[in-house]
Amino acid sequence: MDFLVFQYPMITIQACLDGLLLGILFALIAYGMALQWGVMNIINIAQGDLVILGGYIAYFMYLYGIHPAWGVIVSPIIMYFVGIAIYKLVINKVVDRDLFISILATFGISILFMQLMNFAFGADVVLANSGYGTTMLFDNNVVLPNSKIFSAFISIVFAICLVVYMKRSKLGRAIRATAQNARAAKILGVDTEKVYAATFGINAALCGVAGALISITFTIHPYMGLPYTIRSFMIVIVAGLGNLPGVAMSGMGLGIFEEFADYILGTEFRIGSVFLLLVLILVYRRFKLSKKREYLK
Amino acid sequence: MKIKNILITFVSAIALLFSTSVVSFAKVVGDKIILGAAISLTGKYSSNGVHTQNGYNMAVDRINSMGGVKVGGKTYKFDIIYYDDESNPKRAAQLAERLISQDKVEFMLGPYSSGLTKAIAPVTEKYGVPMVEANGASRSLFTKGYKYLFAVLAPANLYLDVAIRTAVELNGGKGVRIAQAFEQDAFSQDVRLGILDAAKETGSEIIIDDKLPKELNDMAATLVKVKQMKPDVLVVSGHTKGALTAIRQISEMKVDVPMLAMTHCDAAKLSKQHGKNSQYALCASQWHKTLTYKDDFFKDGMTYAADFEKEFGYDPPYQSAESSAALLVFKDAFERANTFDQKKVRDALAATNMQTFYGNIKFAPGGQNVDKPMVLFQVMCDDAGKCENKVVAPLKWASAELIHPVPKWSER
Repeated sequence: MDFLVFQYPMITIQACLDGLLLGILFALIAYGMALQWGVMNIINIAQGDLVILGGYIAYFMYLYGIHPAWGVIVSPIIMYFVGIAIYKLVINKVVDRDLFISILATFGISILFMQLMNFAFGADVVLANSGYGTTMLFDNNVVLPNSKIFSAFISIVFAICLVVYMKRSKLGRAIRATAQNARAAKILGVDTEKVYAATFGINAALCGVAGALISITFTIHPYMGLPYTIRSFMIVIVAGLGNLPGVAMSGMGLGIFEEFADYILGTEFRIGSVFLLLVLILVYRRFKLSKKREYLK
Repeated sequence: MKIKNILITFVSAIALLFSTSVVSFAKVVGDKIILGAAISLTGKYSSNGVHTQNGYNMAVDRINSMGGVKVGGKTYKFDIIYYDDESNPKRAAQLAERLISQDKVEFMLGPYSSGLTKAIAPVTEKYGVPMVEANGASRSLFTKGYKYLFAVLAPANLYLDVAIRTAVELNGGKGVRIAQAFEQDAFSQDVRLGILDAAKETGSEIIIDDKLPKELNDMAATLVKVKQMKPDVLVVSGHTKGALTAIRQISEMKVDVPMLAMTHCDAAKLSKQHGKNSQYALCASQWHKTLTYKDDFFKDGMTYAADFEKEFGYDPPYQSAESSAALLVFKDAFERANTFDQKKVRDALAATNMQTFYGNIKFAPGGQNVDKPMVLFQVMCDDAGKCENKVVAPLKWASAELIHPVPKWSER
């Protein structure tokens, strides 16, 4: 165990900011997952692979001399149609089956995507350079890469746009109605099939944005999708479905928690500590839930 | 109907099984010596798998066109049966079984990566099939007492050893403060053990010792520690993603450290992906084309690199060079053994003592090559932003002088 955090107080500020910026990006991916989980009752194991595919779109723009930041516009548009295509080909056949079937189906899609990306783009680790430079704070003791700030900013913009869209637009209302009660929505004339397709498309588009941002801030590789799936799964579990502020808070909270775990327990326990937290939260929830049930009895 | 379908599937499966196993290859057919290799042509190691295969093919063509292998007064040519192991250790072990028991291959070439070599070695050992491998450097491969495994490359624990020793030397023989970050996989952890040994011997102190997750793409936390604690040397090993992530975040976070040493810069094409930001990074390499080793087949490194580029269209990474060297070792051993008896070839391999364009090759009892030191190169860029890797250590082969300490980011 290390006590660097106490020896070097600047690390505390750095860890908070790093965690926050990272968390916001993860929250965006998790929001897509929560949306489709809530509306369609599908846990998308291929979430991370959609993210990576989005990243490759930005990377290829970068290769052809276009600034990768434009990827946050282009990538979601392409990914939206990829999402619709996946829905039409696979998801619409499993959407009203039980959760296990959909997990299996998306797991299959995940493997297929990994192999296809590996086949198409090669197994090299790649990244897109934004050339955004660095922001220095507190006498150069705290450094923030501008690419991370850019990522967080864009994530927030997209999240806000989506919230407004869900509240104001006709499709947004239809999606929310379907999430509340698919049968009732159908009876009242909502084309749930269309709603499902749109939801899956929107989720894929969000993954596209996140992927473009990840190619600018980190690295991408065909087999790197799973950690993103797991993180967003965790954020959603912690926040609960259909709880957007919850997703944002738990995303940022997990980001900061992870950074501190890294400094205090050591890098090797970084991911482990997050899983431990997940277990604790699930146990706590179950405990709370069982109490409630007794009360209901 | 259903039963009929099942029957058809069953029959065709059996037919398929027979059609593949009928075409079996013996070890030496006519004038051909057939070697077997399971290589990662798909999956996550596929780019290095292809480098390995290109290296093997290059050497096979060269040896065959220059007279082949002379055994018992007869001339033989090399041929290789490849299977794709999908970068999967279990698959690799199955394929090794298949090569040996179905295809009747009696001599094997290694796969790519330590993990896959570890999966195959027990199989070749069980059947007493000599295997010369060129891409498995993990120390644990050489401590198991394998008798039929020979590696032309230096073991993983020596990868960055020379960096620490150079740093100590530049520090006037006094120990240095080391920060290290290693991925949690067999290879990187072996590199770490090597650093621990070097630190102990030189009286150096390890102040940061981070283990990075396998799906690493963020090491900001480690770098923040480095920024605060100011070590003399930062050592990073985490395959290609480790090298790329380190350079990206070091340049973004403006981390100043007098010496930065890494592995896998070659494969990561550091200077291509990061340009000037990768300048001054020190990289451990098994081979570099400017080394002055020589042999009769490829002449020297520069000629090898030129020929390789002509054939495959890119500059050879060391993974290809060492794979080519494996064939040269086999040829030499066959000719000295003067027979295809596996035991005698094995003994001839164990007695190998030769120079190839890739380096000197002499095997320790464990099977690792002990006669070829690692080299360190430094990424050096000119004002126009064109970067090149120049060998800086050991001094014997240095083509440029080591730039130390690395200039601060504020002065670049």
